[in-house]
Amino acid sequence: MTSQYPTFAAIWAALPPARDFFAAQGLPMPAPEAAPADYFAALTPDALAEVGTDAGTLAARFADFLAALPRLGAAAPRLASLTIRGGTGKDGRPERLDLTLVPGDVVALVGPTGSGKSRFLADVEWLADADTPTGRRVLLDGKTADAAGRLAASGRLVAQLSQNMHFVMDLTVREFLIAHAESRLLADVPAAAEAVEGLANELAGEPFGPDTALTALSGGQSRALMIADVARLCASPIVLVDEIENAGIDRRKAIALLTGSGKIVLMATHDPLLALTAGRRLVFAAGAVAAVIATSPEEKTSLAALAQADAKLAALRDSLRRGGSLCFSQEK
Amino acid sequence: MQLVTVAGPPSSGKTSVLLRLAAVLGRQGKRLGVVKFDCLTGRDKDVFDAAGIPCAAGQSGALCPDHFFVCNAADAHAWGLSRGLDVLAVESAGLCNRCAPHIEGALAVCVVDNLSGIDTPAKIGPMLRLADVVAVTKGDVVSQAEREVFAFRVRRANPRATVLFVSGLTGQGAEALAHVVAGAPATPTLDGASLRFTMPAAVCSYCLGQRKIGADHQMGNVRKMDFPREPA
Ligand SMILES: Nc1nc2c(ncn2[C@@H]2O[C@H](COP(=O)(O)OP(=O)(O)OP(=O)(O)O)[C@@H](O)[C@H]2O)c(=O)[nH]1
Ligand SMILES: [Mg+2]
Ligand SMILES: [Zn+2]
Ligand SMILES: [Zn+2]
Repeated sequence: MTSQYPTFAAIWAALPPARDFFAAQGLPMPAPEAAPADYFAALTPDALAEVGTDAGTLAARFADFLAALPRLGAAAPRLASLTIRGGTGKDGRPERLDLTLVPGDVVALVGPTGSGKSRFLADVEWLADADTPTGRRVLLDGKTADAAGRLAASGRLVAQLSQNMHFVMDLTVREFLIAHAESRLLADVPAAAEAVEGLANELAGEPFGPDTALTALSGGQSRALMIADVARLCASPIVLVDEIENAGIDRRKAIALLTGSGKIVLMATHDPLLALTAGRRLVFAAGAVAAVIATSPEEKTSLAALAQADAKLAALRDSLRRGGSLCFSQEK
Repeated sequence: MQLVTVAGPPSSGKTSVLLRLAAVLGRQGKRLGVVKFDCLTGRDKDVFDAAGIPCAAGQSGALCPDHFFVCNAADAHAWGLSRGLDVLAVESAGLCNRCAPHIEGALAVCVVDNLSGIDTPAKIGPMLRLADVVAVTKGDVVSQAEREVFAFRVRRANPRATVLFVSGLTGQGAEALAHVVAGAPATPTLDGASLRFTMPAAVCSYCLGQRKIGADHQMGNVRKMDFPREPA
């Protein structure tokens, strides 16, 4: 691997992160004009003792490091469809399920805690091939993924948004978005960060600036930023939304933002308004999908009335916060 | 029997991940056992015992934890064989960040958690850099973006490793880990096997029990820091 590069300058040009190898281990940074073999051969016994190995092993590790670098940028798998075929429930009864989802689809997952929603998600994430306790099969573009594909997809297929999640990094909004955009190896990092900021501010009730510390954002602002970020900067084609609380953000707009970015949205929710934005509802019981309910035209009609009621409730909350009155009527 | 070294900072989720792994392996008819190396006392043995997972635990006490680990590694392996285990996991925390318990020819796993800060992957050294698998835990409490940035930093520190998100709480991701373990080489013996990284050099007077501070009390392998001199 290193033999194809006559000098370190050639390596830096082809694979800039290769420098990390030396920095991380406290090794002297090689001179650009040096040949890799000469560099390793010339390391002092002291330097070698520091990294705990001999020159030959170190050179071999560097070659492995270079060979693996292109995987850094490996994007999440693109998919045209996701198919889930039923297995068996906890009671041993077959699960009658043959569900195919395409980008832009929204499905609500409903059922009590322990009814199998987490397991369903784990099956999707691991691209289960009748090798998990449920016996389900998950197909990408109609095909079973092979072992290497499953490992490569691991952790990249499903992005998650849940109300238990908080920002923990000690960074400002802008610094954080830049770090995320950089990790995606995007061409125009600042522009990508700015776009997400703008979207998040549209979703959040109260606006916030790029220099706000992540950990100082309110609940609603954090949620808005997480949603905008997943929609724009996250490569995963599937998003699991675990109950977006009513923290002053427009939840239907949030879902629309995700589907508009070509995501498949799986939404665990017990909120009727959100559930009605889904085309289908998967009803969980005893570890299996007990029913798939397509949202009916009547239900779609209810959506308008529900949205009105929801807007009224939101206005009441606002009034409460501002010390106003709490009078409510069904009519206006 | 397959030997798996599991290393990571204290409280990163090593035991939780092993419990989840044991459950998946159990369903496949394979038995996992654990040898836990601690500096001082630990509660891990109770946790494994309660889960019905064979476990032996050792405390390094006053000895260098890294040296203690190597001196007992072959015995741990023999114990695993005697218990008829299919997979023996060696869990160690509290080893200093300079060191790593990983062994050539045995699957090396590093467990790091999302809450430990974005500089951790670069800071924890050979424990992560020389691992075959890096299991990232506690993704359930941080944002998706932070998970991705953290994983990216892990991959930059060790591009060779397979990076898996494993939840110590729900076990999500444990199937992927079990899959990697299943494909790992068997370790018939540790006699003559090599560590992937050298152990710290000894011996200074403090290794031998000296407690007094000051140049007069320092002997042997001593290294001095360079402090910048301010002009008066
Ligand atoms: N939220 C969350 N908590 C976790 C996760 N994994 C582990 N924990 C918690 O983190 C704490 C430490 O977990 P352990 O599994 O004991 O960590 P360890 O690395 O074995 O710790 P030591 O052996 O003491 O170094 C426990 O309270 C776990 O419940 C996870 O994925 N998510
Ligand atoms: Mg432990
Ligand atoms: Zn050490
Ligand atoms: Zn000493």
